[in-house]
Amino acid sequence: MNKIYKWFHQWGSPPTFYKWSGQWLPWLTFFCVALFAIGLYGGLVYAPADYQQKDSFRIIYIHVPAAWMSMFVYLVMAISGAIALIWHIKLSEIMMLSSASIGASFTFIALVTGSIWGKPTWGTWWEWGDARLLSELMLLFLYIGIIGLYSAIEDKRKAAEAVSILALVGTVNIPIIHYSVIFVNTLHQGPTVSMFDSPSIDTRMLIPLLIMALAFKLFYGIVLLMRSRNELLWRERRSQWVKNIIKGDGT
Amino acid sequence: MNIFITILKRDLLLAVRHRTELLNPMLFFVLVIVLFQLGMRAKPAVLVTLAPAIVWIAALLSALLSLDHMFRSDMEDGALEQMIISTQPTSLLVLAKIIAHWIITGLPVTLIAPILGMMLGLTFDATQILFLTLLIGTPILSAIGSIGVALTVGLRRGGVLLSILVLPLYVPVLIFASQTVTTSMSGYPITASMSVLMAMMVLSLSLSPWASSAALRMSVS
Repeated sequence: MNKIYKWFHQWGSPPTFYKWSGQWLPWLTFFCVALFAIGLYGGLVYAPADYQQKDSFRIIYIHVPAAWMSMFVYLVMAISGAIALIWHIKLSEIMMLSSASIGASFTFIALVTGSIWGKPTWGTWWEWGDARLLSELMLLFLYIGIIGLYSAIEDKRKAAEAVSILALVGTVNIPIIHYSVIFVNTLHQGPTVSMFDSPSIDTRMLIPLLIMALAFKLFYGIVLLMRSRNELLWRERRSQWVKNIIKGDGT
Repeated sequence: MNIFITILKRDLLLAVRHRTELLNPMLFFVLVIVLFQLGMRAKPAVLVTLAPAIVWIAALLSALLSLDHMFRSDMEDGALEQMIISTQPTSLLVLAKIIAHWIITGLPVTLIAPILGMMLGLTFDATQILFLTLLIGTPILSAIGSIGVALTVGLRRGGVLLSILVLPLYVPVLIFASQTVTTSMSGYPITASMSVLMAMMVLSLSLSPWASSAALRMSVS
C-alpha cells in the first residue's frame, strides 16, 4: 500500500506530470485525429440513412457522444474533487478545475445539437416534456455555478476546495434531478420521443457511434492535459523546475 | 447536543429582537404571489392549475433571499470563527442554524400559505396538501441552502452567485412538491410522491450539515 501511495505521489508531482503529459500528447493527438476521421467517415458515409429520419439522424454522431461526455466529465470532476479534498493533491485540484469549462462546453454542444435534431424529428426546437433535455439543462447550470464560484473566490486554493465540495454535492443531486424530471413526465404523459426506444440500432450505425464516443474521450483527455499543463506552469511559476523549462533546460 | 440547543435559542432570540426582519420573508412570499397574478391576469380555472407552482416558486424565492442571514452576521462579527474552533462538532452547529432558519422563514411561509392557496382558488383538500408539502419541503430548502451560503459567505457580493448555485439543487423539491398538489387535485393517490418528499427531507437534513461545515471551514480559514 505504501509503495502504491509513493508511486502515486511521484507520478502526480508537478514536474513528473509535466514531463509525461508532454510525451503523451502527440500520441493522443494522433489517435484522436485518426478516430475522428474514421468515426466521421463511418457516420456520414458508411452508415445507412435512417428509414424514418433519413439523413437528419446523422447528427447523432456529435450529439450523443457530447451528451455522454457531459456526464462523464462531471463524474471525473467529482472524483478528482474528492481526491483533492482528502489527500490535498494539487494535480487533481487542477484536473478538476480544468474539467469544468470543458464539461460545460460538451453540455452546451449536446443541448444545441439536440435542439437542431429536434426540429426535423419532433417538429420543435425545444420540448419541455422531455426529461433528458431538462436534466441536461440543469447540468449546464451546475457547471456554470461551479465556474462562477471558482472565479468569485480570490484565493485559488480556497476556491478549489469550495469547488470540490460543490462538485460532490452536485453529484448527489444529478440522479435526483434526473429522476424527478422523469417522474413528472411519466405522470403526465408517456415519453414523447425517446431515441433509445427504437427496437435496436443497426450495427453499421452503432460502430461509428462508439468510435466517435472514443474519439470524444480522447479529445477530452488532450484538452484536459493541455489546460492542466498551462494551469500548472502558471501556479508553479516561482518554482525552479518551471524556470528551467523557460530557460530551455528541461523538457 | 448542548451546543445545538444553545445555538438554536440564540438564533431565535436574535430573530425575535429584530421583529421586522422576521416578517420580511413572509411579506416577500405574499408579494411574489400577488405579482404573479397581477402579471398574468389568469382566469380562475387556469389559475387553479398554476397555483401549486406559483406558491412553491414564491416559497423557493423567499427561502433563497433570506438564506444569506444564516451565517453572514456571525461571519462579520467573528462569532462564526469562534464556533468553528470550539471543541463542539461543526455539523451540529450547522444543523441548529438550519433549523433556526427554517423556524424563522420556512414556518411562517408554511403557515400563511393556506390563506393564499384559498385566494388562488384551491379547494380545501388541495390546500391541506399544499400545507403538508410546504411543511415537509421548506426544511429541505433551508438544508440545501446552507451549503450554498457556507460556500459564498466569505465573498463580499455572493448574492447572485448564491442563487445560481442553489436554485438548480432546488429543482427536485419544486417538482415533487408542486406535482403532489396537482396530483391530489386530479384525485390520484399521493403517497408515493409524499414519501419521496419525506425521504428528501431526511436525506438533506442529515447530509447537508456535513457539506456545509466543510464549506464553512474553507470560508473562514
